[in-house]
Amino acid sequence: MRFNPVGLEGKQGRFALPTLFLIALGLLFCPGTVVGANGPTPHEVADVLLLRNYNTRLVVLSTSALGVASGIVGAFLLLRKRSLMGDALAHATLPGIAVAFGVMVALGGDGKSLPGLLAGATVAGVIGMLLMLAIRNTTRLREDVAMGFVLSVFFGLGLALLGVIQTLPQASAAGLESFIYGKAASMVFSDFYLIAGVTLSSALLGVLFFKEFTLLCFDESFATAEGFSSLWLDLVLLGLVTAVTVIGLQSVGLILIIAFLITPPAAARFWTENLGRMVTLSAAIGAVSGWLGASLSALVPRLPAGAVIVVVTSTVFLGSMIFAPRRGVFARNLRQRRLRKKVERQHVLRAAFEICESRSPDSSHVANLPFGREELLAKRTWKPHHLDHILRTEIAFGHLEREEGGKVRLSESGFGEASRITRNHRLWEVYLVTHADIAPSHVDRDADMVEHVLEADLVRRLEDELRNRGAWIASPHRIPAGQR
Amino acid sequence: MSQVLQTMSPPGDATGEDLSFHPDNVPLAVHDLTVAYHRKPVLWDVDLDVPEGKLVGVLGPNGAGKSTLLKACLDLIPRASGEVGIYGKPYRQQRHLVGYVPQRESVDWDFPVSVLDLVAMGTYRKLGWFRRVGKAQRRQAMEALEQVGIGHLAHRQISQLSGGQQQRTFLARALTQEARVYFMDEPFAAVDAATEEAIVRILRRLNEEGKTCLVVHHDLATVARYFDWVVLLNMRVVASGPTDEVFTKKNLEQTYGGSLTLLNDAAHALAHVVR
Repeated sequence: MRFNPVGLEGKQGRFALPTLFLIALGLLFCPGTVVGANGPTPHEVADVLLLRNYNTRLVVLSTSALGVASGIVGAFLLLRKRSLMGDALAHATLPGIAVAFGVMVALGGDGKSLPGLLAGATVAGVIGMLLMLAIRNTTRLREDVAMGFVLSVFFGLGLALLGVIQTLPQASAAGLESFIYGKAASMVFSDFYLIAGVTLSSALLGVLFFKEFTLLCFDESFATAEGFSSLWLDLVLLGLVTAVTVIGLQSVGLILIIAFLITPPAAARFWTENLGRMVTLSAAIGAVSGWLGASLSALVPRLPAGAVIVVVTSTVFLGSMIFAPRRGVFARNLRQRRLRKKVERQHVLRAAFEICESRSPDSSHVANLPFGREELLAKRTWKPHHLDHILRTEIAFGHLEREEGGKVRLSESGFGEASRITRNHRLWEVYLVTHADIAPSHVDRDADMVEHVLEADLVRRLEDELRNRGAWIASPHRIPAGQR
Repeated sequence: MSQVLQTMSPPGDATGEDLSFHPDNVPLAVHDLTVAYHRKPVLWDVDLDVPEGKLVGVLGPNGAGKSTLLKACLDLIPRASGEVGIYGKPYRQQRHLVGYVPQRESVDWDFPVSVLDLVAMGTYRKLGWFRRVGKAQRRQAMEALEQVGIGHLAHRQISQLSGGQQQRTFLARALTQEARVYFMDEPFAAVDAATEEAIVRILRRLNEEGKTCLVVHHDLATVARYFDWVVLLNMRVVASGPTDEVFTKKNLEQTYGGSLTLLNDAAHALAHVVR
């Protein structure tokens, strides 16, 4: 049920469209405002980048630290395939903020104490999470239903409560809605302490639980069987997600925090196959995004930090998705193109060999005879100009030689290659016909792989089968024993 | 389902149960086990004793509860009732004696770990909480990989493995658990011939070392060659005992009753077996 052969790619693919949209949005906003009349001077840019201004320093360091925390925690959340749970959890914090404000006002405070509001957010987030687990475990509804339900109901409730609070005459609730979209500029020094504390805890717990989280994310039932309770590990992980979400409310806001949790690890995944490096890289991408995002937002008035941070991480993600060396779109396409070309060239060589074979007088000895392109065209449905292209490539490659009368002939090395390809192709063909029930999951018909994939004994039997059918090809270059 | 229930024999009928065993000599003793998913029973009053040092094939049609039986023994799913003893004690006290090979499809093979990392997961329990994998564990993982014949793949990323190689990797991980009784969930499912031979080789070796292996199996044609003990399961234990006594046409009909194609398969398989 949990098996997903595409793995992360499906998840990453889902982010591609919103990312493109966000980047387009960013491009619309940035040049217009930056180049505009009240754009920053070079001096101002230097001030921000060198963290000369106290307030900028505070905000930039806070969001960078937040990026580290969300990068670490998000990596495990992504691999645990609980990304949406993080989103539901973030939305579930809103009613907590409203209720905490109301309670603090009722107790005679000003209602805007940040620790109080964040405590309320945490409680509501945890209640939302528990409700999700309860719905999943006690009803037959699926997890996505539980998440969608909690997300929308809690967020709706939160908006309603905020509306009610704002009508209260005795308290000014203005500014509470900044938790929805985030407002980094309102940070004070104690907030930085809180963020630094959560970041440090995330890093420490990430290192401490590295082995356990790896097992939990990869193979939950094995973890449980080995005595690493998946329930407790999930609670630690979701506890960290809650902590990061809550400290991110102020700067990034509850709607966008999920992007800050998921995009850095999704981008990091493109660059590495090693979990430790993925977590580190994810933290680094988070930190850089936080730093750049907050700096840009400080330079340009009315540019909200949360949105800019998300645009920056998404840009990193998009770049990774396209340019990453092995898993990226370019690399994949290139590999596929190479494979297609190789297959096409092999088709031509095999067709050439079979033409020679059919025209050889002695069936036990295939003669290397010249042939024209019409003969090739008759063997297979090629587009003529495409076939010409392949032929030119093969001539350049030294597998084919031009003959008079517009004909071509296999060169000595080309003939060897062609007979090898044909032999392997026929072995595979026989194998698939006679042993299809035990065929390996993906058959690579190429080349010497036959001997590597199948047992030597089986290859011998297949060769016997070919001999019986008169389709046997002796190796053209006999290598004396001992030279190999 | 209800038809199947009606055609089934009373529990313990064909097993020839002898309850005079010393439970702490018995790798697996299941008593009155019932498991239900959302009120629908999957296993019903299962009684089972597996003697030590046997290669045990667990057979039954789809939905018979074979995987469920394994998972219930390992406390992975809640039991509606019943007890499971691993060498006479509950599983949670006996984890160190048990190795587990889950179904290959139960994990995401695009996960960012290497083959060696995955195999070393078998040593986690012995390491306990918070201690990291070190040289000794990596050496052990490497040895296990060589035993299953894919030592050369140790540093590959797991997404590059073929189905058969994935299965061997899982088996290697179980070997690093150094258990006395192994639970294997369909290790032969959709693997190539070479892998099947390698797995059988490992099973034989474990058997020679006196280990017990419970293997969920599908291919009736190979049962008699691979296993010396057979458990026929269809929500209840239809029969359990030495292969030559229990793997009979009558028992197979009871186990696979109703499914004509499976019955034909069974008859076909028996043609190979019956002397």
